[in-house]
Amino acid sequence: MIAFVIRRLLQSLIVMLTVGFVAFSMFNFLGDPINNMVGQDATEAEREHLRHVLGLDQPFYIQFLVYLGNALQGQFGMSYRLGMPVVRALAERLPATLELVFCAAGLALLVGVPLGVYTGLHRDRWLSKVFLTLSLIGISLPTFLIGILLILVFAVYLGWLPSFGRGDVVDLGWWTTGFLTVSGIKALILPAITLALFQLTLVMRLVRAEMMEVLRTDYIKFARARGLTNRAVHFGHALRNTLVPVITITGLQIGSLIAFAIVTETVFQWPGMGLLFLQAVQFVDVPVMSSYLVLIAFFFVAINLVVDLLYYFVDPRLRADRAVASGHG
Amino acid sequence: MQNEPLLRVDGLRVEFPGRRGTLVAVDDVSFDIAPGEVLGVVGESGAGKSMTGSAIIGLLEPPGRIAGGSISLDGRRIDNLPYEEMRRIRGKHIGAIFQDPLTSLNPLYSVGRQLVETITTHSDISEKAARDRALALLQEVGIPAPERRIDQYPHQFSGGMRQRVVIALALCANPRLIVADEPTTALDVSIQAQIIALLKRLCREHGTAVMLVTHDMGVIAETADRVAVMYAGRIAEIGPVRDVIKNPRHPYTVGLMGSIPRMGHDAERLTQIDGSMPRLTEIPAGCAFNPRCPYVFDRCRVERPDRMAVAPFHEAACWKYADGVGHA
Repeated sequence: MIAFVIRRLLQSLIVMLTVGFVAFSMFNFLGDPINNMVGQDATEAEREHLRHVLGLDQPFYIQFLVYLGNALQGQFGMSYRLGMPVVRALAERLPATLELVFCAAGLALLVGVPLGVYTGLHRDRWLSKVFLTLSLIGISLPTFLIGILLILVFAVYLGWLPSFGRGDVVDLGWWTTGFLTVSGIKALILPAITLALFQLTLVMRLVRAEMMEVLRTDYIKFARARGLTNRAVHFGHALRNTLVPVITITGLQIGSLIAFAIVTETVFQWPGMGLLFLQAVQFVDVPVMSSYLVLIAFFFVAINLVVDLLYYFVDPRLRADRAVASGHG
Repeated sequence: MQNEPLLRVDGLRVEFPGRRGTLVAVDDVSFDIAPGEVLGVVGESGAGKSMTGSAIIGLLEPPGRIAGGSISLDGRRIDNLPYEEMRRIRGKHIGAIFQDPLTSLNPLYSVGRQLVETITTHSDISEKAARDRALALLQEVGIPAPERRIDQYPHQFSGGMRQRVVIALALCANPRLIVADEPTTALDVSIQAQIIALLKRLCREHGTAVMLVTHDMGVIAETADRVAVMYAGRIAEIGPVRDVIKNPRHPYTVGLMGSIPRMGHDAERLTQIDGSMPRLTEIPAGCAFNPRCPYVFDRCRVERPDRMAVAPFHEAACWKYADGVGHA
């Protein structure tokens, strides 16, 4: 178990180094950074001087090490556009995105898993067919369209919910939350549903497929032959066996939710990282772009680590360090 | 067989409605099992023996369904019970053992949990008492050091040990009947004999009747009191195991016995039955065995034989015995 964690941590480190290198390279490939800093009329000598002061005349691996050193100390440079440290800019936006993403992920799981179980158990009921048809719509409609439709219905026609922004937020010092005010929660509903819908249908279809697969296995038949109640068979035995793939997909999806909340954030003008990133791209704000890349990679790596650890709790076959007989897993 | 049968299967018919017509997997199968008796059911793959077992425990895979006949346990019909009532009978009155012990146990739960869960489902006792009973059962089925093994997971047991756990699970609630579907087929030959001996001993001790489904005549000879030979969904011959083995009457059984190697008989080659069992879609008219039967005559091709007595308690479905005596 410990060896496994160490191995995974080392792998994570390699991934982060690679991503760091890519992020670092962005500075050199997206134009000469000196050009971005000095005016048009700076002399060649001034440029050389600045280049030397900033250490840009060093070989790239020295520069990369310096970059890594700074990154480890939480220094990712100044945003060209905002004129403030990138870390501060990201930290200001991070709570908005994370609150949105976790609400969306929670919604997707809380609704998606039960629907998946229901449609998996009762394949032939008309309600299952209704859910499946609806899920097809959820999977095929693009996010921005769903967002706009929701705004049209609930903000424009009905006027129940705000169409943009985050509402009033409470500043906790290191974190700003929208959960503590009515307007914050109201503002969260539409974007969370928009972001969750695709994941929800994905989780539902996945759970359904896995349930149908598991229900055909011998141990389910044997569980029935032992006279266990339907409840025990379906939820105790079948559902738990569907969890490993569901955890995998959910983990990966939370990563992509964070990374690709951009569209939803744009539609709802949600003041999160996605919006920040989009603006950074428009202004070629390289420090923000590269730091965003590193941050997202960090989330992916961290989530995958958590997912791998969750396997251990779900599946005893992975837990056994000293398996007596060979399993088939 | 004067006493009231424990299980009575009467004219059982199992159908599979399909796109290209309905398949009849089990056709007009009748037999009794007395309390404590071991009935072997033997036949080739697809003869309908497993399907009969599934029908008895009420777990036919849809779209398979019982289309006719009746199944009674202790005089009470069980083939038409609602799911919930049948569930209460499964495990408590009729236990089941399946072919592959590697896949019969849920990989995510310890064997103890699976035992305790089964015990508490069928009797109103505390977790603690159920755990004690689980330990006793593991001991009884010959698992060494049950205190240590009870909290282990199925993958930590070998195939033979897992089948012992499966047997413990089937015996949990002291059922009166166990339907054992090929309980040794997936095991090593050396383990097979142990498992059969265990099953036989436990059922004798508990007075449990067994319906032992297998294609292994050797297992039947060793274990069963009576044997039913199935062919193409019907019972071809049924009788006391010694009679059937020593003096098989149905030409199919004769062929089946001839294909078993025997110690002490220096046969150059084993006899084999020409052809193969017909598919369910292509069962011939008359006796289903007629295209392969060396004794076939006109009547066999048009009229299907019912079972007729050939000796005390010994019946065969063959026109050779239509006049009450064999003229083989």
